[in-house]
Amino acid sequence: MMDAERNIWVFGDYRNYFQNRVTLQLLSRAADLAPKINARVGAVILGSHINEYVNEYIAHGAQKVYLIDHPSLARYSIETYTTLIEGLARKYLPDIVLVGATSFGRELAPRLAKRLDTGLTADCIRLDINADGLLEQTAPSFGGNLLARIVTPVSRPQMATVRPGSFQEIPHDSSRQGMVICEPMPKKLPKERMRLINYERKPPRGQRIEEARVVVCGGRGMGSKNKFRKLYELAQLLGGEVGATRPVVYSGWADPEALVGQAGKQIKPQVLFSFGISGAIQHTAGFNNAGLVIAVNKNPNATMMKIADVAIVADANQFCSSLIKELKKRIRN
Amino acid sequence: MINLVVCIKQVPMVSELPWDAHTGTLKRELAEGMMNPACGHALEAALQIKEKHGAHITAVTMGPPMAEEVLREAIALGADRGILLTDPRMAGADTFVTSYILARAIEKICPNFDLIFCGCQTSDSETAQVGPQLSEELDIPGAANVEKLDLTGRSLRIQRLSDNFLETLEFDLPGLITLTTQHYEPRHVSLSGMQQAFEFGEIVTLTAADLGLDPEFKSAKNSPTRILDVFSPVAQNKNIVMKGAPKKIVEQLFLKFDDKIGGAIGKDLKEKT
Ligand SMILES: Cc1cc2nc3c(=O)[nH]c(=O)nc-3n(C[C@H](O)[C@H](O)[C@H](O)COP(=O)(O)OP(=O)(O)OC[C@H]3O[C@@H](n4cnc5c(N)ncnc54)[C@H](O)[C@@H]3O)c2cc1C
Ligand SMILES: Nc1ncnc2c1ncn2[C@@H]1O[C@H](COP(=O)(O)O)[C@@H](O)[C@H]1O
Repeated sequence: MMDAERNIWVFGDYRNYFQNRVTLQLLSRAADLAPKINARVGAVILGSHINEYVNEYIAHGAQKVYLIDHPSLARYSIETYTTLIEGLARKYLPDIVLVGATSFGRELAPRLAKRLDTGLTADCIRLDINADGLLEQTAPSFGGNLLARIVTPVSRPQMATVRPGSFQEIPHDSSRQGMVICEPMPKKLPKERMRLINYERKPPRGQRIEEARVVVCGGRGMGSKNKFRKLYELAQLLGGEVGATRPVVYSGWADPEALVGQAGKQIKPQVLFSFGISGAIQHTAGFNNAGLVIAVNKNPNATMMKIADVAIVADANQFCSSLIKELKKRIRN
Repeated sequence: MINLVVCIKQVPMVSELPWDAHTGTLKRELAEGMMNPACGHALEAALQIKEKHGAHITAVTMGPPMAEEVLREAIALGADRGILLTDPRMAGADTFVTSYILARAIEKICPNFDLIFCGCQTSDSETAQVGPQLSEELDIPGAANVEKLDLTGRSLRIQRLSDNFLETLEFDLPGLITLTTQHYEPRHVSLSGMQQAFEFGEIVTLTAADLGLDPEFKSAKNSPTRILDVFSPVAQNKNIVMKGAPKKIVEQLFLKFDDKIGGAIGKDLKEKT
């Protein structure tokens, strides 16, 4: 009973709904890609009393929602979810299955791919349809130092997990229409071998500056405590952390934990922004293993400008504002 | 006594990656190898079970012949033997095929296994897929991203952070877990231990034929995924100076580095048309 048309499926990962928008982001990307292969966008959702999510997914671009609603599905369970989605995929033969790269998604997708005898690309940051009509998946490796473009030429479905934040959701529109396909809970299901003993909400662990992929460092050249605050906005946009030089910490513009250098933290970000920092050795000793170093200083002869990969001659504040503006634009798109 | 299997991958040492400046690709064959960090934590967790309950530990790796080094290291740390899966036919495996080969090897060499340990992910391919796929291959319960474990009889209780939830799960052996790098800090190898491991350590080498794989089997061909290309978003040209109006510089910056910055923050920063 294969659907007449092709389908791109998105796994409806609704746990943690308000923090985790990746399902909505995937619905949006699927909607962009679907016309290129003449496909429809479907969301697959399992759970108990999940009608609100059905409506939500339709309002965010799902043209179909495949649904199994059953009291025993009230909590995520890895084996049962795998078996149920495997069953749906065998019945409806989707062309592409996208799963958000949440902890659960990254455990579910590899199992599903194994059961369906197909390929899976992990933690993609870009998805396209190439000239051959294949899903072209771009995934980072070596901590983002390399990007690989990967396809699954023959096996179906083509599967990818996708890093949250890679795409922008379509705004909620409750006038959108979608088809709801209710599937019954199978009578006989293998017993879940993984027993859930306890389950409690935990605030996410704070990221440590030592491990941050992006660090925005600021020095005395930022001018004032107030202006220094802008760096926090930039760091947040970049999912990174703020670092500081000693005078900045002494002036109370930043916490002592933010100090980078000989007397502070050793950092190794893939991208380091340095704003208004002269580049004293006691400071630069803190990031010997940084990747791309971008320095902003009004003095082109500052040491920091000589050791940077990109030396931007500008006022640190103005440049920071322009960068924030452009990033917001690009991330929204 | 229980049988533990630890799957260990040798990965290139990232700080010493030899880059091809022309193509921006990694000359992998020249890279110095090391034990994947998360695999080190997986091994440590297994060693602690061995110390507490008594256990036999088999370390398994698939890779080029030089991957034997990580097995020697594992033996020096306390593993009882090493299994090296090496064969030109095994090269170019994606996670689907890696987990297939590891499963066949474990069935062959250690059919009575009780618990399999993997790292949560590797530092090179970063897929975190081999563990869950291996538990599917062997049809055993499996839990990813384990931070703490506690074995009582044949029941294993684990704790992990999954999205924003702290979960405690339990299952009966045999099973599989993948370890994060949060706890179980690996112990240090002593030089004498390393020497001992090189002289006396038991290493069994198996080829595709030894595993009874289909004569037509080739990882590169049997892998469902294909890598089209690998490229480095890192710009190789150093010390580019940019000046002018901030707005213009920002544009210039993205033109050159949107891939690199996007890669680091996990967002597509390309200007959309
Ligand atoms: C024992 C010892 C240990 C130390 N340990 C550390 C340490 O761990 N970490 C650390 O950071 N420091 C440390 N220091 C201090 C260090 O030597 C430097 O004094 C400090 O790093 C300088 O900080 P800065 O670059 O913010 O300030 P400055 O050196 O004053 O530089 C400010 C820079 O901002 C630029 N600038 C000014 N206005 C603007 C503008 N509008 N736009 C753009 N650029 C502008 C200037 O051209 C200048 O280059 C240590 C010192 C000692 C003696
Ligand atoms: N070639 C290999 N040999 C042995 N174990 C492996 C191999 N590849 C992956 N693994 C195991 O699977 C885990 C996750 O790897 P990955 O899915 O590549 O991120 C690793 O930490 C290892 O425990």
